[in-house]
Amino acid sequence: MTDRLSSAFAKGPALVTFITAGDGPTPAILDALVAGGADVIELGMPFTDPMADGPAIQAANLRSLGAGTRTADIFKIAKDFRAKHPTVPVVLMGYANPMVTRGAEWFAKAAADAGVDGVICVDIPPEEDDALGPQLRAAGIAPIRLATPTTDAARLPAVLDGSAGFLYYVSVAGITGLQQAAQASIEEAVARLKAATDLPVAVGFGVRTPEQAAAIARVADGVVVGSALVELVAKYGEQAPKYVQELTAALAGAVHSARKVSA
Amino acid sequence: MTIEPRNSFRNTPDDRGHFGQFGGRFVAETLMPLVLELEREYRKAKQDPAFAAEFDDLLEHYVGRPSPLYYAPRITEELRKGAKPGPNGQKMGAQVWFKRDELNHTGAHKINNCIGQILLAIRMGKTRIIAETGAGQHGVATATVCARFGLPCVIYMGAKDVERQQPNVFRMRLLGAEVVPVTSGANTLKDAMNEALRDWVANVHDTFYIIGTAAGPHPYPELVRDFQSVIGKEARAQMLARTGRLPDLLVAAIGGGSNAIGLFHPFLDDTSVKMLGVEAAGHGLDKEHAASLAGGRPGILHGNKTFLLQDEDGQIAEAHSISAGLDYPGIGPEHAWLKEIGRVDYTSVTDTEALEGFQLLCRTEGIIPALEPSHAIAAVVKVAPTMPEDAIVLANLCGRGDKDIFTVAEALGTKL
Ligand SMILES: Cc1ncc(COP(=O)(O)O)c(C=O)c1O
Repeated sequence: MTDRLSSAFAKGPALVTFITAGDGPTPAILDALVAGGADVIELGMPFTDPMADGPAIQAANLRSLGAGTRTADIFKIAKDFRAKHPTVPVVLMGYANPMVTRGAEWFAKAAADAGVDGVICVDIPPEEDDALGPQLRAAGIAPIRLATPTTDAARLPAVLDGSAGFLYYVSVAGITGLQQAAQASIEEAVARLKAATDLPVAVGFGVRTPEQAAAIARVADGVVVGSALVELVAKYGEQAPKYVQELTAALAGAVHSARKVSA
Repeated sequence: MTIEPRNSFRNTPDDRGHFGQFGGRFVAETLMPLVLELEREYRKAKQDPAFAAEFDDLLEHYVGRPSPLYYAPRITEELRKGAKPGPNGQKMGAQVWFKRDELNHTGAHKINNCIGQILLAIRMGKTRIIAETGAGQHGVATATVCARFGLPCVIYMGAKDVERQQPNVFRMRLLGAEVVPVTSGANTLKDAMNEALRDWVANVHDTFYIIGTAAGPHPYPELVRDFQSVIGKEARAQMLARTGRLPDLLVAAIGGGSNAIGLFHPFLDDTSVKMLGVEAAGHGLDKEHAASLAGGRPGILHGNKTFLLQDEDGQIAEAHSISAGLDYPGIGPEHAWLKEIGRVDYTSVTDTEALEGFQLLCRTEGIIPALEPSHAIAAVVKVAPTMPEDAIVLANLCGRGDKDIFTVAEALGTKL
């Protein structure tokens, strides 16, 4: 259901948090994200070959798979989360192969049954949309697309066509968790994207601190934080929920404070 | 330009880079504009006589082409000894011929593709080259063309492969390349490819990725095939000149499939010519292996849809082959399509059979092959005796064995 997604962004800038499913005590970590004030949950589907991810999320993928995480476990996590938190949107994020391996229709239906709101597939660009997009749309799930610093004006309409939920602006040409983009370049890009779409624009890659998050929230509709949270899971394992909640609360405070400024 | 007939096997991929249901451009958005630009630039280069002239000139004077087409009398005789008479009592045991791409500069077919891609990189104004390598053959070929054209070169190689291919690592460094051992994932070729893609995503503005096989996002499978097709074009003309006829069967080993598609493609519309691609069955198809057509199913990895070794959840499996160059859990999309439509047959041979093929060629012809084409030789050992004496089998000898002598010594229990 994309309704949960639009409500999440309707209140003003939203905090979008990413963790890898099956890495650490996932259900408790998800509860901690909600308790800390996250508005949208991105649940990473682990993959053996996460080629768009930096070291932190690569390691999380391998830890999760090493612990035996299966696709069915991820849907179970999502379903239990949906029962417990009926209004918080969940987005699955991952790579194409685990999503299409039993057929795109199977995946879309399983995601809908689990109460998933959107799907971000890193390696299905608009040119290959028919590998998954039609099935997601038919199941009422938002295909969330990525725009990047290399997405020029000529390409942007193709990226937007058929996308829903929100637009994820990858602020650096690179992998997750390493560099951070200059604030000026983010502002310029977000303005350009917002002129082209009514979808909320969330900015991610390289965002780690409440200060960065606050600055981005002044211009964008959402701020995505991943590697910084995943690193806490790596560091604290079973104890991670407490630390995840602390960081989330600080990030959420920073992002949500921009609501008053922009209002 | 030649116009292919409409019912040709040679006019793929379509304009989205699809070979039937396979191929495509499954890459992150950051790379998409670059992949589209590469395609536009390749279309222009393909029409440009100056590009072809420079490519041909380098292949002739730098690589040493054309490579010989060689009739192998002693292996032919050896295989006839074990041949049973045919159904009408006729003598069996086909003539065995080899396309000698192991005589190329750098010792394998990989250089053909690297010459083509570095010329494209220069056309596109790119100033930095990256590549992945497994056995190190593609890494050496890439480092070679980078030295030749004065471009900085970074080679990603799985840490495990760095260990088992030390001579090639040293060669690459001598040629001025930086070799980066990859310690993510399983530390082998697929992880090296992941790492090269990560580098590319972060350096799209100045970096060209020279992919080493006929796989990856469109237009790579097409352009690698086109550059490697020099093998089949030469072989076809040489065979006609020498024997006045076409071969009956082509045989080639398959890692990602570049030497095989290079040999096969120019013959695809010659309906009398059968083709056999040989995958690595490793310890056996019921154990660890690298035969993605025989033991895999369609999926999406490294930019293309193709056959992959994977589990039920679509997690990619580790491949195994004694030959590092065949040790990859996928295969180029054109082979997936050629298998599906039935134009090419595919088989597999084990590590043990490949080692036997390796030794047989050493002893009968005085040629030390690489372990990759040793798989093709092992397949020839099986099929040649089932064909009549006047039949012609042509196998691609796509690499020489210098790089493999340590691996072979170890497998044969000899300490060097
Ligand atoms: C000599 C040789 N043959 C074959 C291969 C396999 O690649 P492909 O299937 O692309 O020809 C390699 C790869 O390293 C190689 O070095």
